[in-house]
Amino acid sequence: MNELRAQLKEWRAAIDRVLPSWWPRALAFALIGIGIVLPFAFSNNSGFMNATIIAVAYVVMSLGLNIVVGFAGLLDLGYVAFYALGAYTLGWFGSDFFFKAKVHVGVHGIAAHEIGIHLNFILILIAAAVICALAGILIGLPTLRLRGDYIAIVTLAFGEIIGVVAVNGTDIHLGGGMTLTAGNFGISAVDAPYFPGIGQFNLLNLRPWYWLIFAIMLVVLFVNLRLRDSRLGRAWVALREDEVAAVSMGIPSVRTKLSAYAMGAAFGGLSGAFLGTYFTTVNAGQFQFGFSIFILAMVIIGGLGSIWGAVAGGLLLGYINYYLIPDVLNSLPSKLGLNFQLVTIEIGIYGFLLVLVMVLRPQGLIPERRRRLELTQQIAATDAELGEPTGGIQTTGEAP
Amino acid sequence: MRPIAWARRWLGRWGLIIALAALPVLYLIHDLTTGYQAGLVNGHAVIHHDLTRIGLNVVQGLSNGSIWALIAIGYTLVYGIIELINFAHGDVFMIGSFTAVGLYSVFGLTPSTGAVGLIFGLLAVLVVSMIVCGSLNTLIERVGYKPLRGAPKLAPLITAVGFSFILQNVGLVWRGGSPESVPDLINQGQTVFHISALPIQRGYILAIGVMIPLVFGLSWFVRSTRLGRAMRATAQDPEAARLMGINVNQTISLTFLIGGGLAGAAGLIYALYQTNIWYFQGFKAGLIAFTAAVMGGIGNIAGAVLGGLIIGVIQSFSDNRLAGGEWTEAVVFGYLILIMVLRPRGLLGEETREAG
Repeated sequence: MNELRAQLKEWRAAIDRVLPSWWPRALAFALIGIGIVLPFAFSNNSGFMNATIIAVAYVVMSLGLNIVVGFAGLLDLGYVAFYALGAYTLGWFGSDFFFKAKVHVGVHGIAAHEIGIHLNFILILIAAAVICALAGILIGLPTLRLRGDYIAIVTLAFGEIIGVVAVNGTDIHLGGGMTLTAGNFGISAVDAPYFPGIGQFNLLNLRPWYWLIFAIMLVVLFVNLRLRDSRLGRAWVALREDEVAAVSMGIPSVRTKLSAYAMGAAFGGLSGAFLGTYFTTVNAGQFQFGFSIFILAMVIIGGLGSIWGAVAGGLLLGYINYYLIPDVLNSLPSKLGLNFQLVTIEIGIYGFLLVLVMVLRPQGLIPERRRRLELTQQIAATDAELGEPTGGIQTTGEAP
Repeated sequence: MRPIAWARRWLGRWGLIIALAALPVLYLIHDLTTGYQAGLVNGHAVIHHDLTRIGLNVVQGLSNGSIWALIAIGYTLVYGIIELINFAHGDVFMIGSFTAVGLYSVFGLTPSTGAVGLIFGLLAVLVVSMIVCGSLNTLIERVGYKPLRGAPKLAPLITAVGFSFILQNVGLVWRGGSPESVPDLINQGQTVFHISALPIQRGYILAIGVMIPLVFGLSWFVRSTRLGRAMRATAQDPEAARLMGINVNQTISLTFLIGGGLAGAAGLIYALYQTNIWYFQGFKAGLIAFTAAVMGGIGNIAGAVLGGLIIGVIQSFSDNRLAGGEWTEAVVFGYLILIMVLRPRGLLGEETREAG
């Protein structure tokens, strides 16, 4: 096994020597190009396009959560709160929900004449990011003194509270007969985005939606990559690995942790606002605890702290949930002569996959390089300890 | 700086108790001064100024809380020993309810069964559903958590979620997707006796009466037996326990067996007391019971029971007095956050590495 790995490494080094120095960049541009032309390979309103759009939106969320859980090591079980806030930002500022107001900023078509607040979609995205970042800081504040699973509990509680407020928001009156949310009825008839040149955004024409979320994903991905190698990103990792050591090296613990919460939340908000307009309704029933777990599963299955892992995990689980089980495999039991539909055991299959992936590959599909090194170094250390007691490298036992 | 430190210490010691006492005291004062509407006579509201209503809330809360307490023990034992939030535990409880209800017809139990037959039948159901849930929980541990002992800490969390989904799906296929009312075997709403003006119903007696012996039995087991000592030792330091000759894997399996068994008992009580089951009940119950375990101090059995009872009472106050109970969940989780801020180690917990 080790020989094989060494061989692969050698080949890789050889390839790196042969190819010119600009090839990673060329590869990136090629991939982006493929991403842009991808929708032309599929029917414009097919189930696959629909699944792709949702999966890419989930990638944005899992990239956001990866900052909080993967980089900064703060286990967040209430990420659904930011999905909810992002979606409600769209509901509030992009529909006739606040019917007493009549505000229009940069909108076209029917929306420009209707009652309610109608902002341009770009403005809504910015608003969603800002609102979610503030909420992220608010949620982060009580967890600053806590560690590990206790953070998970507080974030879980916040997520649930936001869910309850979303359902019961019909009882919170803002004056003039307007309420905070529309509860389980949902805020319907939200504005579709408008961008000139890429076509109408409607449910029979999915390509513009795809390009929009693909662009959002690229921006988030780029920010993620830059953040990871920045001073802030390294501070997050340092805090994750050893808080005491990091603080004594002069890393401001409070500001660093809160910025992780804010950043992760903002990305969740972007995706939430997009999904709100894509699903054409903002309904309290969408914001369940299970969603937080769904996104967390993407991050962990992809490989905690790994950006490409988060992308892979998001795409994988998104496609499984919205394409593989409902579209491709649904008729499988009847083909085998069994009298049921696969969707009825959908969550069971899903749970089975989670267990399977974790048992077979607990470090995730694409583990972060730094973590992989840690793991192998730990193995080397124990090996050395077993062999000759003096030669062992001292490593701390477990990650906090 | 000194007043701030002082205030923080003071809040750490008393803040939680003040927060927990706030609702009961508020309603106590309200009932005694303003009074409450006890009924209608000839279209006129009868206003009472006594403690009956608040007493009723507390008793209802305690009996509901008994169920949460039994589930919370499962969370607290597992967390104490392998530091895992066992998300599948609530769904094991749900399977317990379903097993119990399935066994009603196997043992031929109907609301018209005689008292002796009913008691023995229900005891048999209790034992079987405890065994089923205990084995199920142990099986989950063997398949899902044991292979991941050395893996990153979040990996078993995801398998726990996976098993939770699988069990939910089993429940969904087993009894359908909507809440189902089950035979009210013990006629739980019947009043047995009164404590002053407070009617004590059969359901209350059942819930509290099953919970107390189980909890005392468990604490005796953990305190006084060899296996219990092994459990405590493993919780404290698995590595040292192993060096002292304790079979750590077996001890962990035993912990899951006990936790699952208590969840099975809670499942039966729930079915008898609420007379309503559905596949999603375990999820909500799991979150509530987990909150209870944290409130009491995770890893601490007495704490889990106390937390369960307190949450039951909070829920009962909120259900009966706050806008029809739709905010109950938010109130419970609000309390959870308060606890985490004021006293992270919980009511009875000791200072731990994570909560320090």
